[in-house]
Amino acid sequence: MARRRILPGFGITLGYSVLYLSLIVLIPLAALFLRVTGSSWEQFWDAVSAPRAIAAYKLTFAASFAGAAVNAVFGFIVAWTLVRYRFPGKRVLDAIIDLPFALPTAVSGIALTAIYSRNGWVGRYLERAGIESAFSPLGVTIALTFVGLPFVVRTLQPALEDLDPGMEEAAATLGAGRWQTFRRVILPSLLPALITGFALAFARALGEYGSVVFISGNMPFRTEIASLLIVAKLEQYDYTGAASIGVLMLLASFLMLLAINALQHWVGSRYGRTA
Amino acid sequence: MGRLAEPRWVRNLLIGVTLLFLGSFLLLPLVVVFTEALRNGLAAYLASFSEPDALAAIRLTLLAAGIAVPVNCVFGLAASWAIAKFEFPGKAVLISLIDLPFAISPVISGMVYVLVFGLQGWLGPWLAEREMRIIFAVPGVVLATMFVTLPYVARELIPLMQEQGIEEEEAAAVLGASGWQTFRRVTLPNVKWALLYGVILCNARAMGEFGAVSVVSGHIRGLTNTMPLHIEILYNEYNFVAAFAVASLLALLALVTLAAKSVVERRMRQEEAQ
Repeated sequence: MARRRILPGFGITLGYSVLYLSLIVLIPLAALFLRVTGSSWEQFWDAVSAPRAIAAYKLTFAASFAGAAVNAVFGFIVAWTLVRYRFPGKRVLDAIIDLPFALPTAVSGIALTAIYSRNGWVGRYLERAGIESAFSPLGVTIALTFVGLPFVVRTLQPALEDLDPGMEEAAATLGAGRWQTFRRVILPSLLPALITGFALAFARALGEYGSVVFISGNMPFRTEIASLLIVAKLEQYDYTGAASIGVLMLLASFLMLLAINALQHWVGSRYGRTA
Repeated sequence: MGRLAEPRWVRNLLIGVTLLFLGSFLLLPLVVVFTEALRNGLAAYLASFSEPDALAAIRLTLLAAGIAVPVNCVFGLAASWAIAKFEFPGKAVLISLIDLPFAISPVISGMVYVLVFGLQGWLGPWLAEREMRIIFAVPGVVLATMFVTLPYVARELIPLMQEQGIEEEEAAAVLGASGWQTFRRVTLPNVKWALLYGVILCNARAMGEFGAVSVVSGHIRGLTNTMPLHIEILYNEYNFVAAFAVASLLALLALVTLAAKSVVERRMRQEEAQ
């Protein structure tokens, strides 16, 4: 209470923040949940369990998982080389890692489509090899890999920098080969950060829309992700159906978020113990 | 020492994989945007910007960002002042609620406004009686932009101001400075780089948002199309050169954002080291 007396502005700043947050985020979000609770259980169930919706969830989760997995592998290698090695162009590459955050999704969407469509820069070679990339589930995965790319690299970089060189030296002195040291010493201490990065990339991919809408071709049952299905329902003025699927996807991403928070807590306590 | 470093061939292989992966996933899309935009020469490229619908889209994007960024900047400053300088119950909940828009899919962010202001929404009939439109009109576009960019400034300022504590502000207050003076002369200089950082990210997202804006805009050419939405229309009309021309402007914005971001990051690290 003593603090409040010295510094002014508590009431007005807190009041304004809560009011603004409520008007812009919380009340509109409540409209979404009320829309769903206001409809009957059958309506909700019909919307979320329709075969077209199930196909959309399957694709969304599978492609998001695949994209996050690709990022976990290559993001690890990228973070490793950026932190440990010196090579020309490193600074520029490090700055450009965040491009998927900075580049509007519509721009990445049309650029990726131009690359992977049948007569695109890369697509034409894939086509010759019999691989259909744009307008297929593979195209969706490529777009989701792009949007999730920064997460794994950016969570691993600080963890790699904080790694205690003493542990590696100890392992080497005790006779471990480089690969053994990596597998038994380095990898286990990076695992929490790697999983966090993977989970963040996965969560981001679940809700993605802009970069996918161009490359996927939006074919129901084949390349339609959950966000696209929501938009399709809104365009048909099926608000309750759209809200039902929206609530389901929202709950999925909240669960992911909770898992990530628990993970970070775990990471924190691990680092706390080693420090 | 050989046991502490990878053999040279492993090193080169990993660097090669990094270059190949980042080259094909990050650099190639950038190169494609500019190449496709300039496919029919500079004259055709520049002609894409004299089209009235393109100009209207640029204007609307500037308007939406011009409102959303300052408003969320004020919100970020107010929220971080309350959260970092005072103790109150429910603080942790408030911090998580501020981050909420990051966890919500863009499409859902737009949809919530349709459910409030749309014709079938809560306020739809009331607005229709008064011939006011929010959905499929400019206010909806601005609101959706404000929603998705709400956390950017606040989430940069809150941890930094919490770390800085309140000693300096208290000293200023004891010496007789008013609240506003304390904020302007003590707090603001201490957080200026983080504030700038948040503004840069907020602006990039505001100008580039697609999903949320797409749901509320109604895609009316020349009226409710932002630059990203205009790109979609041009692309779907197979007007690729014009689509990539508008996209190249946003790609330039992204590059400027990344450059500004790394400059500010370096400044923040220097300040932290001092």
